Amino acid sequence: MTNDGRLVRILPVATVLAVLLALWYGAALPMNSGLPSFPQGGTLSERFLAAWALERPVLPAPHQIVAALWTATIETPVSSPRSLVFHGTITVSSTLLGFALGAVLGIALAIGIVHSRVLAASLVPWLVASQTIPILAIAPIVVVALGAVGVTGLVPKALISMYLSFFPVAIGMVKGLTSPEPMLLDLMRTYSAGRLQTLLRLRLPAALPYLFASLKVAVAISLVGAIVGELPTGGSAGIGARLLSGSYYGQTIQIWAALFAAAIIAAILVQCVALSERLTARAMGARP
Amino acid sequence: MSANLAGIQPASGDVGLPASLAMPILAFAILIGWAHASPGAVPALFWVAVLAAWALSWWLNHRIAERLRGRRSLLPPLIFGLVLFALWEIACVGGGIPFVLMPPPSAILTKLFASGGTLLPDFVQTVLKSALPGWALGGFAGFAVALACDRSPFLRRGVLPIADFVSALPIIGIAPIMVMWFGFDWQSKVAVVVAMTFFPMLINTLAGLSAAGHQERDLMRSYGADWGTTLLRLRLPMALPFIFNALKINATLALIGAIVAEFFGTPTVGMGFRISTEIGRMGLDMVWAEIVVAALAGSMFYGALTLLERAATFWHPSFRTR
Repeated sequence: MTNDGRLVRILPVATVLAVLLALWYGAALPMNSGLPSFPQGGTLSERFLAAWALERPVLPAPHQIVAALWTATIETPVSSPRSLVFHGTITVSSTLLGFALGAVLGIALAIGIVHSRVLAASLVPWLVASQTIPILAIAPIVVVALGAVGVTGLVPKALISMYLSFFPVAIGMVKGLTSPEPMLLDLMRTYSAGRLQTLLRLRLPAALPYLFASLKVAVAISLVGAIVGELPTGGSAGIGARLLSGSYYGQTIQIWAALFAAAIIAAILVQCVALSERLTARAMGARP
Repeated sequence: MSANLAGIQPASGDVGLPASLAMPILAFAILIGWAHASPGAVPALFWVAVLAAWALSWWLNHRIAERLRGRRSLLPPLIFGLVLFALWEIACVGGGIPFVLMPPPSAILTKLFASGGTLLPDFVQTVLKSALPGWALGGFAGFAVALACDRSPFLRRGVLPIADFVSALPIIGIAPIMVMWFGFDWQSKVAVVVAMTFFPMLINTLAGLSAAGHQERDLMRSYGADWGTTLLRLRLPMALPFIFNALKINATLALIGAIVAEFFGTPTVGMGFRISTEIGRMGLDMVWAEIVVAALAGSMFYGALTLLERAATFWHPSFRTR
């Protein structure tokens, strides 16, 4: 029975993935055959094999990307600037720093908003407005401006990630902290619990599901912030720099490999948040 | 209910509101003038005065917020924003913060009004040619695929997990590839924006299409309504709040996508192009002027969508409660 359920879930996803993969391999020939370096003539199968083995294709075949990923992670020493582990570590560390700062700021803001009527009335509209403007466009300014006064390295990128990630956390936490029903709040009052005790014993535990849902969004957007923050540094280090240098030199396989690395990192980060959510739920006595 | 009544009663402070508003405005005007008179070399007393003016405006906002008792009003955020900009100006001019780090709002505004001849073509290139068409195309494509998934449960079970996964990825990274495929002009930017806006629309539409309850669906079935009629009369209207949610998320994403894609190559016009070249020349006031334009475009787009949403989904509980 469980096997059947798993099959019902996996079969459609596998089918869609297989169709996408087939389309990708099929599209490689028409997209790459226009290149001047593409060999003329040959049978159809020879032309396909050629399209899948170019050095600088317009559209690299999936196996080329996987091979490039393998070379750049496993076979290259970690200290080398060609190693994606090297670039990935740099991106992940500024992502995590910015994510942590953003989460703390978001939670603090939410606690302030829930407890202060002035903050709720005056700050919340600005928080919402701040997200309707394309924040990422400021990323290069933050990096360059802080670089001009001598702040370089992780901090500028982390600040961008923080700016992007605090908002979902703040909004989710306001929702979560105000989620306890009036009856429960009244119960706390009958216990003559203070504001701090109500916060710690009722509001925060009630907000945890909202917090983790927001944290998943925040960690993903934090990675985007770190990558975009690496663009204006002119290709020194990080996944974003790898994308930029790839586009300067027409190294398509390098761009795709960096993209896949970013996707894998994003998936791992989101899974880490999901895992800590399960662990927290278990620690708080939830039953699966 | 009683909270509302208490707020409506004319309180004693009502007459004094314009007068109490004038106080912090005057205070900040004097302080800004003072800062401009001796930029970067203000006495310590100045900062005490700034703190006092800030405290005054905070107290005023506190009183207004207490009187509002949770009702919405434009006044507190307006005061908060004005104070923020005044503090920014004072800190930049009075504190002598380097221009490169952060130009004062006055310099940004001057640049904004002085360089309309540059800003307008940039706006047309980035917003009208790249972001808007991409936003519309991506939204339409996401909607169409969602409808297809709705017709076939197999497709839905296959696509939804993948869409969920992809929407957490840094899609903006495909910008260099799109620039290689579609060239430097707006076509590549539209492609990036389409890729970024497709998945939020797909996921939200799918969620919205399953928002109609079983009772309503059974009712439609008892009327003998087919899939198309049920969709038009019941499920699409129920899905509208979700679709508008996606349209609003996508409005911001589209601007971000169009601007960031320009960092990877553009013709010599566009907001992202201007930002990246002016940073190289340390023309920070021009960069900030572009950001003001982007912010105005973004929030007006968002605001227009909110108004449209109100008109289209007036029946939704979130608009009826107040």
